[in-house]
Amino acid sequence: MSPAARDVRITDSTLRDGSHAMRHRFTTEQVRAVVYALDQAGVEVIEVSHGDGLGGSSFNYGFSGVDEISLIRAAVEAVAAKIAVLLLPGVGTVDDLRDAHEAGASVARIATHCTEADVSVQHFAAARELGMETVGFLMLSHRLDPAGLARQGRIMVDAGAECVYVVDSAGALVLSDAQTRVQALIAEIGSQAQVGFHGHQNLSLGVANSVLACQAGATQIDGALCALGAGAGNAPTEVLAATFSRLGISTGVDVDAVLAAAEDVVRPIIPRLPWMDRAAVVQGYAGVYSSFLLHAERAATRYGVPAHAILQRVGEAGYVGGQEDMIIDVALQLQEEGLVAAGAGLDRLGGRGLIGSGAGLDRRLLTTPGPGGLAALTSAWWPDPVAALWYASDRRCASVRWYGGLGKDHGRFGFYGRFGAQ
Amino acid sequence: MLNCIQFWGASEEGSAIGKVTAAIVGPGNIGTDLLAKLQRSEHVEVRYMVGVDPASDGLERARQRGVEASAGGVDWLLDRDERPDLVFEATSARAHQANAPRYAQAGIRAVDLTPAAVGPLVCPAVNLREHLSAPNVNMITCGGQATIPLVHAVSAVTPVPYAEIVASIASKSAGPGTRANIDEFTTTTARAIERVGGAQRGKAIIILNPVEPPMIMRDTVFCAISPDASRDAITSSVHAMVAEVARYVPGYALRADPQFDPPAEDWSGWARVALFLEVRGNGDYLPPWAGNLDIMTAAAARVGELLAVASAPAGAAA
Repeated sequence: MSPAARDVRITDSTLRDGSHAMRHRFTTEQVRAVVYALDQAGVEVIEVSHGDGLGGSSFNYGFSGVDEISLIRAAVEAVAAKIAVLLLPGVGTVDDLRDAHEAGASVARIATHCTEADVSVQHFAAARELGMETVGFLMLSHRLDPAGLARQGRIMVDAGAECVYVVDSAGALVLSDAQTRVQALIAEIGSQAQVGFHGHQNLSLGVANSVLACQAGATQIDGALCALGAGAGNAPTEVLAATFSRLGISTGVDVDAVLAAAEDVVRPIIPRLPWMDRAAVVQGYAGVYSSFLLHAERAATRYGVPAHAILQRVGEAGYVGGQEDMIIDVALQLQEEGLVAAGAGLDRLGGRGLIGSGAGLDRRLLTTPGPGGLAALTSAWWPDPVAALWYASDRRCASVRWYGGLGKDHGRFGFYGRFGAQ
Repeated sequence: MLNCIQFWGASEEGSAIGKVTAAIVGPGNIGTDLLAKLQRSEHVEVRYMVGVDPASDGLERARQRGVEASAGGVDWLLDRDERPDLVFEATSARAHQANAPRYAQAGIRAVDLTPAAVGPLVCPAVNLREHLSAPNVNMITCGGQATIPLVHAVSAVTPVPYAEIVASIASKSAGPGTRANIDEFTTTTARAIERVGGAQRGKAIIILNPVEPPMIMRDTVFCAISPDASRDAITSSVHAMVAEVARYVPGYALRADPQFDPPAEDWSGWARVALFLEVRGNGDYLPPWAGNLDIMTAAAARVGELLAVASAPAGAAA
């Protein structure tokens, strides 16, 4: 279908947002297979980049298995569809954009936190100079009211964006929240640029929000095959195509072919389907950047605190996209608080002298028995019997006991060791 | 230095004996905060505050603090009978590129707080000693001043093939200059992680966060290290360096002990140490959350002091 004949252009982000869910380890063969299937289905724009955009390969976000420029080149060589790249100023640079352009990428999507559009000005200028199509991404759009978002969209359009997206990075926009933001952007930028919508599934509203965005006038919509994306995933490209078709909104995407792309090409290569589990829903509910999910799960395992508690705290602190390092910091805080809570339980068991010094408290202190001969062996967040036994043997304690409490004792539970020679 | 020696021989009314004189060019927030810090110095005396806008609040603030201030720009400064020994440039990269040759010609040493990088990149806790005679030194970036000491602390005890820093700052503390050229931050900081911090390869990331109340500057330093590297040696080197930086930035502190991780699947066989920093400003003129700006002015003031002490004739600065 020619661009003029369709109502909405779908951009598929399986190979960019989906990179989060793949821990940035797409192979060249996988990229070729996915872009070929998408191209066959009539998808006009396919985004290929590290999940955190060009230059995202790092300790903080995860290193790419295959250099993204090689993946971009493979995609460009495989299909006629336009290949798009994402760039977050502060993470990637104009040099990265030049490399991507040289590899054949033709659409530059420049993403900032929704209140910080002015950091993208130099990147839009560079993209236009390179002759690339330009798209602005206002991330975590739920953090700004519609009028404020429209003002930020204006900055991007003035800088050279040909389309500005309302990006629901946390999957936190609920129906009219999405629609009013799209309306406000259209009211501000009129015919000077298009408006797009990028939805996530954390509250399962990615597709519904996309429909409302289109009805409000958005003409570019993002999806990912099998919803493969950060958090509970993106609005699934195949569901968008089917739903829009039913609504009589033309996308140029062949529903059968895109369903096959999802089922036969992407499904076999992904380790797990994105799902609205507890942690992912908390992201939508607390407004947390979706790609924090796997990082929070890793920190949960490493520090023995629950992922949903980390994400809740990250939401309260108002951390924005890119601050993945703060997840470890929050996990460390929660671990300490859990140890403090476990230590507080000692009061009731006759272990005195270990609590009341929250600052600087560490595991060494808590696993040192008090005058009563008792010491906390596990954090209250994570009363892990294996860890308890390990500490018990490490500290040569005489016996291990369980203490659990609810109500006013909530949080004061875990395994305690009794030490003989006190 | 010739002009210093001349100065020592001719101490004037109103200037304390044994102090090096200085001018601050750029009466904005940075310049004003720097003035507050330098006015506590035993070794540097700020004589002039220079701007280009007669209506500048910063010039008026400087006058209230007893400093001669003018909107006549660098022309005015170089016309003074008593030129300063040091100039602190708190303008823009472009302005400093234009001004630097003029300072050099006049024999005035420059401490450059802009990203112009005319002179060598310096961090007072790490490499200033190597550049005590340089006519012009550059203060890198805020994220660089915060994180490079720790990269250096690690690389001093074990090879660091790769170091990466993430600087998170309050949106309100990022001025229009930073915003218009954020790539300058990432590329300059990455270069300094290598040249000054001692990592073989450096990467820098900056995040602006608009949360209210504004967040205090946070920095994370990740260093790739050998799985066999001594954790105790790294930890004690890092703690010693934090104490050293805290001498001039009192709000510089680790949030947690160094976090060591064994090699992960995608780390090419390297282990990792992660360091979590908070930089709380001193609240002189800038608010405490603007630790990123404070660490620049504090580090620049420290450089000024060390240059002053180093250039003083024997006995004069004791």
